[in-house]
Order: sequence, then structure tokens, then C-alpha cells
Amino acid sequence: MFDQLSDRLQATLSEVRSRGKLSEGDVDAAMREIRLALLEADVNFKVVKSFTATLKERCLGADVLGSLDPGQQVVKIVNEELTGLMGGTGSELAMASSGPTVILMAGLQGSGKTTACAKLARHLAQANKDVALAACDVYRPAAVDQLVTVGERAGAHVYQQGTDADPVEIAGWALDRAKEERRDVLIVDTAGRLHIDQELMEELAKIRKRVKPHDVLLVVDAMTGQDAVGVAESFAAAAEFDGVVMTKLDGDARGGAALSVKAVTGKPILFASTGEKLEAFDRFHPDRMASRILGMGDVLSLIEKAELQIDEKQALDLEQKLKSNQFTLEDMLQQMRQVRKMGPISGLLGMLPGMGAMKQLKNADIDEGELDRVEAIILSMTPEERANPALIKGSRRKRIANGSGTKVQHVNQLVKQFDQMRKMMRHMASGKMPDAQQLAQMTGGAPRPKVRRR
Amino acid sequence: MVERLEHEVEAGNVSADGEAVRARLIELLAEVASTARAPIDLSGEPAVLLMVGVNGTGKTTTIGKIAWHLSKEFGLSVVLGAADTYRAAAAEQLAEWADRAGAELVRSAEGGDPGAVAFDAIAAARARGADVVIIDTAGRLHTQSNLMDELAKVRRVIAKQLPGAPHETLLSIDATTGQNGLRQAQLFAEAAEVDGVVLTKLDGTAKGGIVLAIAAELEIPVKLIGTGEQLEDLRPFDPTDFANALLAE
Repeated sequence: MFDQLSDRLQATLSEVRSRGKLSEGDVDAAMREIRLALLEADVNFKVVKSFTATLKERCLGADVLGSLDPGQQVVKIVNEELTGLMGGTGSELAMASSGPTVILMAGLQGSGKTTACAKLARHLAQANKDVALAACDVYRPAAVDQLVTVGERAGAHVYQQGTDADPVEIAGWALDRAKEERRDVLIVDTAGRLHIDQELMEELAKIRKRVKPHDVLLVVDAMTGQDAVGVAESFAAAAEFDGVVMTKLDGDARGGAALSVKAVTGKPILFASTGEKLEAFDRFHPDRMASRILGMGDVLSLIEKAELQIDEKQALDLEQKLKSNQFTLEDMLQQMRQVRKMGPISGLLGMLPGMGAMKQLKNADIDEGELDRVEAIILSMTPEERANPALIKGSRRKRIANGSGTKVQHVNQLVKQFDQMRKMMRHMASGKMPDAQQLAQMTGGAPRPKVRRR
Repeated sequence: MVERLEHEVEAGNVSADGEAVRARLIELLAEVASTARAPIDLSGEPAVLLMVGVNGTGKTTTIGKIAWHLSKEFGLSVVLGAADTYRAAAAEQLAEWADRAGAELVRSAEGGDPGAVAFDAIAAARARGADVVIIDTAGRLHTQSNLMDELAKVRRVIAKQLPGAPHETLLSIDATTGQNGLRQAQLFAEAAEVDGVVLTKLDGTAKGGIVLAIAAELEIPVKLIGTGEQLEDLRPFDPTDFANALLAE
């Protein structure tokens, strides 16, 4: 995410940090670099100008230049300002005190509204909300069908009247129905529209008037260039949106749109959409994003993801087993599946501090196929074999390899790695920390994802 | 390019008043924009067009418009292949366009193999003696290497079914895209040998200046522009008009 910007900012800041003392000239040079980095990232030029001005002023303050570690201070200030630029601490959706909370989605064509609707629905459904979707895009062919399909996949009710009805009417009807059926949330999907299309913008205003939404969300494609600001401003005028959903953040967008929108419109980014799957949708935390951009990692999000996916009871069971050294291949399979539920491994790596700076990992493409293979091998074992891998000899090995479509050496490898892991755990359980050699064995021994360089 | 213009002004080839410099700049811009220009190749029997691009850039809509132009204005028979088997209701969307354009549609169930759809579409076109086949593909971010590999595979499948095909691979680029457009073009060109760009959504305020960079650095020309949601809102790209619009206030 925002790799290029991230690289340049990190390079500039590590240069600053490496100096014991900072002169005004040093700060000037660093600000110039930061300004260039932001402009190259498609950040709106006005935003860049005021951003670097504030930054410079703060960095030249007496408490920075005179402090013991001025470099570190500058990094801290950049982090704070970047966070502020993207909206400070995370904002929340406004929820209705009674009756359904109505969320209206708007945006340009192809920014990802319909997909975002379904993802938001799933996100809210996970928080135990009863969600309904209203299909008001009657213009784009098959948009209604799409919402019906993805909406149901997301576990939401989809209200639709085909494509012959008037969008304003559909929205009103859907709201009545949501009230009647006592849904918690109604998300209204609308047709994509250009911000200069008078007629459609008026329609949007009418829908807004009819359903009186608690939140109007503007869906913005993260790859939008300098135009993002103009679009956001026009939508702000016509629909007075309250927050932004930033989509396609999993690409190599430079982040200009994400960094400019808040500064120009004053509306925060509420959600970020980061992948093809319905789960690839998260709250947007400016502070965490800032530290990710600066290579300081995002351990908080990682922990939250883990908490969401990992079953506490299972984790306790596992701990027991580890302590009594009863960890089996079956447990390893369970654990692997839980980790993978958190999303692609490459995405998780990006949340660890310092990972961005590791060149090898940066261009590495973690091969999820390797993990699939380990799964397949374990699944081809009988329950006895999973509990007691020592059983796995000659003909069993061959059978497992055949069953999983792998080779005998892969099965051997897995069994050997598992053995080493068990040995390690015995040590840990007995209170001894593993020594360096064992750790090396472990990292060399654990089912290692194949690292492919691009 | 700015350097060249400065140079010419200094050398006295272009007089130093605003109007003349502006006119020359438009010429220069148009020159860059017309790099490697060639008309869309419809000589194949049937001619196979492959449409690729990032999610939401307007692939399916563009195909609908191309199909309509080919069938209504040139009287060609067109077969559409719905190889976007990933997005919900993508095939229904294409079916609607096929209907409006009077084209035939070949599709499979959702989640089917895109290569197989492409293969069937070409087979159907050959059996019926159709003039043009247009294959729609699922939108994908250029950074997802597995999806890009899939695209390369679809291309290989097409080439196997009909040597020389696809005769034209078009990349759709949203005019609102910023600097990222260049990366998109680069990576799509690597995976699928892009012949030309369709610049979509030019009816907004965005001018799509990024296609200049694409033409200059990758020598991929813009072939068509999309300017609205109606069937007739598709035009051939005119470098001079484009350069004028780029400089217009």
C-alpha cells in the first residue's frame, strides 16, 4: 500500500535521523524531499503546500532543534501531521438512536459502490446488525442482479424492484420496508454518476431528501489522480457526504486521493477496501495508516484481526496441548487455517514494523500454494497418523503423497519439520528458552512459504 | 517536451508570444499522443478483440459500444464472450449490451473458467461465420500477479484456438486515473501485449493526461475514447482535439 510514497518518506527520514544535530538547512532539504514525494504521489498541490508549511514550522521550533535527538523529533512530527492530514483519530459511522440507520452510498462510475455496499453490509453484519440493501442503480445493466448476488453472499436482505421503477421511489419504498421489518441498517446503493451531470446529481439530492440518511458515504477509487479533489468537492456540494470509502487500496496506488480528500473536504475516510473478497474491508485508522506509510508497522490492526478470527477456546486448548506436549498434526492444521483466515500472508506481513524496509520481503510474493500443499498432505493422513506421525513409514508415505498429489519427499519434509517443532515446544514448555541454534532450525524447519522474487 | 519547446523558442523557430507557443505546444502534445497510431485491426476471420483493464474502468460498457458500432454502422456480425466469470452479474450486464447491440453472447456459469469461455466464443463465431469476436475479462488490479497470470493464460488459449488472435488487445483506462495509469499500462502490457488504450469517462472533468505518458514511454496509442453511457458515446481518438482539450481551461 502506497509503497512508493512510503519508500521515499522513509529514505528522507532515515537521512534526517542519522544526523546528530539538525540545522535549518537540513530541515529545509528534508521538507523539499517530502514535498516532492507527496506531489509524485498525486497529492493535491495545495494540500502539499500547506502540509509542508506546517511541518516546517513545527520542525524549526526550538524544542526540536535543541532537543537531544532532533531526528527522532522530526519523525514524530511527520507522523503526527500525516495522521492529522488523513483525519486524526478514526471516525465512526453515525448510528440512529431508534429505527434503521440509513447509509447512502454515492460515487463516480466504477469506483466500486456496489461491491463496497456488500462489503459494508458484511462488516456490519459481523457486528450483529441486521442489514438490508436497497438497489437504486437502475441505469447500469445488471447492477441490480449484481447487488442481489453479492448482498446475499454478505448475509444481507436485498430490496429491489427491478430497473423500471424510479430510484427515488425505490429508496423510499425500501426505507418503509426496512422500518416494517425492523432492520438495524439500510444501505442504499445508487448509480454511478459524474459529478458534473446535473440531472443525476439532482436525483441524488432527491434520494437524500427522501430517505434522510444518517450517513452519506462517498466511494472514491484510490487510484484517482488530481481530479479526486474536484470530484469530492462537487459531491460535497450536491450530497453533503459525511465520510469516504476508499477502494482498491490493494493496488499500487500512490495514495494521493487518500491523503488529499480529508484536507480538502474536511470529511474523514471511514473505511478502506483492500481486495477482491468480501472480507477485504476495514475501518480506516489514520494514525495506523500514517505509521504504516512511515514503516512503523501496524501491530494494532494485526492484533484486532487475530482477535476477530481466532477462537478463544481453541486457543486455550492449544495452549494446554503445547504444555503437555500433545500437539498433533491435526492441531497444526487448525492453527494454520486460523492464521490464513486473517487474510493473505503478504498483507499481514505489511503490518509488522520494519517489514517494509526489508528488501527481500518487499518484492516477495508469498506463495500461498505452498500452504495449500501442507494442508493437502495433512488431509491425506488418517486420524491415527495425524496424532502420531511416527507411524508414517514407507507405504503410508507413498499413499499420502499420492492422495495429496505431492511427492514422497514433501511428506518426509513435513514430518521432519513437525518433529523439530515438537522438540522445540518441549523445551519451551519446560521453561527453557530455545537457544539460537534451535531457533534457526525452527525457522528453517517450519513449513516455510516459498519466497518468489518478482 | 517542455525542454524541446523552450529550445525552439530560444532558437527563434517559434516566436515568443503566448499564442504561438501555445499552438506549438498543442502540436507537440498531439505528436506525442499519436505515437504508434494504427487503426483497430479487423482483418482476422473472425477478428478477435480482447478487452482488459482494472476494476471499474469501463470494460463491459466499452465492449457494448464497440459491438453496437460494428454491427449497426458497419453491418458486421459480432459475438461477445463473457469471460468475466468472477464478478457477480457481469455476464448479465454484458447480455444486456449484447441485446442492445444486436450481438450474440457466449457465457458460462459464474465462477467458470475464463479461458474456456474465450475458447467457446471463438469456436461459436467460427461456426457461424461471424466477423468479430469481443472477449470481456474480469477487472483486475495490475498488482495481483496471480490474476495477471490468468490473463496471460486466456490470451494463450485464444492464440491456440485461432493462430494470430487476439488481433487487438485493448486496455481500458479511466480518465480520472492519476500517475497510476502508467503502471497499469506497463503491467497489463507485460501480461497481455496491449495494442491500444480505450480512454473512458472523458465526459467528466478529468482529461486523462496520463495517456500521454503511456504513449511516450510505452508506445501504446489511444485508439478510442468513451464519453458517456449511451451506445453512441464512443469515438476514435483524435490527438489534436485531445491536446486542445488538455490545455483548455
